[in-house]
Amino acid sequence: MKEGNIECNVIDNREIANNIYKITLRGHVLGNPGQFYMVRAWNGLDPFLSRPLSISDIQDKQISFVYELRGKGTKELASIKTEELVQLTGPLGNGFTVNENLKSAVVSGGIGIAPMIYLLKKYHKNMDMYAGFRAEPYLIDECLAHSNNLYIASEEGLGWHKGLVTELINVDDYDVIYACGPEPMLKAIAKMAQNKTMLYVSMENYMACGIGSCLGCTIQTRDGMKRVCKDGPVFDAKEVYFYE
Amino acid sequence: MNSTVEFLGINFKNPVIAASGTFGYGKEYDEYFDISILGGISTKGLTLHEKIGNLGRRIYETPSGLMNSIGLQNPGINRFIEDELPFLLKKDIVILANLGGDSIEEYVLGAKKLDETDIPIIELNISCPNVKEGGMAFGIDEKVAYEVVKEVRMATKKKLVVKLSPNAKDISKMAQACVKAGADALSLVNTFNALAIDINKRKPIFNNITAGLSGPCIKPIALRIVYEVKKAVDVPIIGIGGIMDYEDAIEFIMAGATLIQVGSANFRDIYASKKIVEGIEEFMKKEKISNLKEITGIIGGK
Repeated sequence: MKEGNIECNVIDNREIANNIYKITLRGHVLGNPGQFYMVRAWNGLDPFLSRPLSISDIQDKQISFVYELRGKGTKELASIKTEELVQLTGPLGNGFTVNENLKSAVVSGGIGIAPMIYLLKKYHKNMDMYAGFRAEPYLIDECLAHSNNLYIASEEGLGWHKGLVTELINVDDYDVIYACGPEPMLKAIAKMAQNKTMLYVSMENYMACGIGSCLGCTIQTRDGMKRVCKDGPVFDAKEVYFYE
Repeated sequence: MNSTVEFLGINFKNPVIAASGTFGYGKEYDEYFDISILGGISTKGLTLHEKIGNLGRRIYETPSGLMNSIGLQNPGINRFIEDELPFLLKKDIVILANLGGDSIEEYVLGAKKLDETDIPIIELNISCPNVKEGGMAFGIDEKVAYEVVKEVRMATKKKLVVKLSPNAKDISKMAQACVKAGADALSLVNTFNALAIDINKRKPIFNNITAGLSGPCIKPIALRIVYEVKKAVDVPIIGIGGIMDYEDAIEFIMAGATLIQVGSANFRDIYASKKIVEGIEEFMKKEKISNLKEITGIIGGK
């Protein structure tokens, strides 16, 4: 029987870039890259649901999440102070399956970088990283520390490649690509990868339960409706219609 | 003291049932606790044929609640019986097969298939707001409801619970029509038909425009409806609507519900149903209640 709920103390919670926060918690936490937790930092009934956040790092009974301030839930989370309590349910979802012998690239768009930091770290210096941002980049030190090569794009330039991350990558250089980010980015990579390069995408959707019961987060796949929370969030891109 | 409840001659070890659509077919929650500790489970809504459900957004959070537009996604009754039912039958839990449909024929054929299983109770869903054809109409107009309940009644020997919509024109008349048509009991309420708008896109959030509202924001209304319907009919009632903790559950029982269902609370805390079972038992001990019958409908009425 799994222990589903974990209470964690906040070690640190700070804004690391405009509207982007990193929270680090202490607790008996587990999880693989690509998995997520349902996170709640409030006791009242509003917001009603927990928020799904992917694991950004786990180390020495500490877990980190990097999140973008988007609505009520993340606003509550951003206001939580050191030593206050946060409730976690998880780890949930399938996570990435990695073959270390293949030449691998990681591609992220915006806050999609959050789970990829943990992936890079687990396969230290084994993967090339391509990170795209709308404006100011973040988590660059972490990418530098754990990727083989690092390529950065910002739509505003700011000294980096000015444009989209998809302009930086030659997919033919890789056997496999792991991607997380906005759907247009995932679709663009899928189009480039076609059937030559394996592509795994981490999907997101609004969800209520996080464990596969409510069917709120389902997406259409070649194999019928699949739950992002339970059957994913990582899918073979061939499954999720991106090649059409 | 024990929290056992006899309902239509069936023994429930406690009055807590996991509500349809919030608990799948039990497997996911059983990874976290043995679901046999619950009194019952109402399955995710079943239809004769497989349904892929609604496209577009399916979940939208509201203050102290949520709206959903799942659209009865389910594998169809045959695959449910083959793939999901064997697991549930191994559990010590009363199964309510929640049955939906787009036409009277579909309901009847579905009920006949369920009649051949070991499931003791059919919970007839005539009130899903998220299915375009029919679903809602059956739950709105008591004449239409009477027809479908009467036909299903003739198609099955199982105990028949009809799940009512709070969107019915007159819920007491609706309840009476369902009982007259042969319902053994009623469960209420399903979700409230509701609307949310994306002001930046200037469009409704949901493809179907409206969706079903549930959660603690509807609880006081659901409680009032249970109380009113209890006065209008002589059959047992299963109370549903925003039950978050044992206190809410006891309120529904005091308003007249014999059993209760826990729905949206399962989304907020995977252990919500389990905690409600434990809370009810502690309350009974504290209040020296030896059988829940002592407080069922105690606030009066009939």
